[in-house]
Amino acid sequence: MTDLLAIGTRKGLWLARSDDDRRTWTLGEPHLLAQEVAAVSIDTRGPAPRVLAGIQYGHWGPTVMRSDDLGASWQETETGAIRFPEDTGAALARVWQLRPDSADRPGVVWAGCEPHSLWRSIDGGCSFELVRGLWDHPHRPTWQPGGGGGAVHTVLPDPASDRVTVAMSTGGVYVSEDGASTWEPRNAGISAVFLPEPAPEYGQCVHKVAVDAAGPDRMYAQNHFGVFRTDDAGGSWTSIAEGLPADFGFPVVASPSTPGTAWVVPLVADAQRVPPEGRLQVQRTRDAGETWTALTSGLPDGCWAAVVRDAACADQADPTGLYVGTRDGCVYASADEGDTFTLVADHLPDVLVVRVARI
Amino acid sequence: MSVEVVLPGVLADLAGGTRHLDVAPGGGTLADLLDTLAAVHPRLARRIRDEAGALRRFVNVYVDGDDVRFTGGLGAPVPDGAVVQVLPSVAGG
Repeated sequence: MTDLLAIGTRKGLWLARSDDDRRTWTLGEPHLLAQEVAAVSIDTRGPAPRVLAGIQYGHWGPTVMRSDDLGASWQETETGAIRFPEDTGAALARVWQLRPDSADRPGVVWAGCEPHSLWRSIDGGCSFELVRGLWDHPHRPTWQPGGGGGAVHTVLPDPASDRVTVAMSTGGVYVSEDGASTWEPRNAGISAVFLPEPAPEYGQCVHKVAVDAAGPDRMYAQNHFGVFRTDDAGGSWTSIAEGLPADFGFPVVASPSTPGTAWVVPLVADAQRVPPEGRLQVQRTRDAGETWTALTSGLPDGCWAAVVRDAACADQADPTGLYVGTRDGCVYASADEGDTFTLVADHLPDVLVVRVARI
Repeated sequence: MSVEVVLPGVLADLAGGTRHLDVAPGGGTLADLLDTLAAVHPRLARRIRDEAGALRRFVNVYVDGDDVRFTGGLGAPVPDGAVVQVLPSVAGG
């Protein structure tokens, strides 16, 4: 039994392994060195684990790389796995999210990209097709880029239905109930302090969304100011930020097994993207956001590094493990739902994404 | 009739391990040349142009020493016997 932790950074990908139920980790050599790895996934549905990486190949543009041998070799689709159709006049700028679908949908992988677009693969990520329903949505021309660019950065396919939820900066949350054919915004209750209308139908800068273990209708959203919960699949959102030291931040992670349990990593504010009081902390709720508890054991004091939207994740083990990477190149792992963390890696480039799987 | 395409070392793997390619100039413009290149080396061509056909922002192309951004861009003439050099710009961090 091996747990594999993929760490995508601004200058390469590292894989760490644990063979003792996550007590200790061994960091491997860099892969895709000097390339920005903003998206990574570990797909365990096939005969061998497939690592997909969305990379920015230096001056030479974005692409998707894949490895079926844990990084010993990498392959790239000749004509590009993600390639905008000619009639769109668009060009891929960055891959922000790679999300394998459920075990019942082998081969299906979703990608969220910049410019704002959603893609679906049915061949394990070798090639993707643009989801026209979202691309052709009448709102799309008015979605604005956030500071990092205009992108679909969160893709949440529901394993039990045809629902697909996406989130984007900016644009907010959009949901399809028919397998990604048609889409509607679901942002009621989510604030947009940077717009003249404080509660628009869409246009919010939702940084990340996670689905609660209770079921697909309950989700959490870390917003550009504000942390929210919905119990009706985005029909309405209510603030759950009370009790947090700050309501700004990027990741939100939900437990895959324990309803009501989720984590956020607060930052002071959008103009001050550092941990409160210079102490890295994870905040955990066990009651769906009614109360929060600061988790700091094993996390550094004197830390002024932010955690970006995909640099936190949970594993599928029992108890749930939590993983957090910082912009100063550190990665911390917890095998006890965040009660205590240990250092997996330090002095890496800025950590952009962490993903974990038992292989 | 051919044009010599000179690549930076980082792209040599995508050209079969060489930094020098002899390519038919096609219709006589840089776009034509890159179309020809794409048919043989699609991954290499994608490093130079995006799928909409535009030169990537931080990739510079010189035809006989002239930066094509000042000589017509993708429409820059590429005569038989020309040397087309692909270079990364000074950028990064």
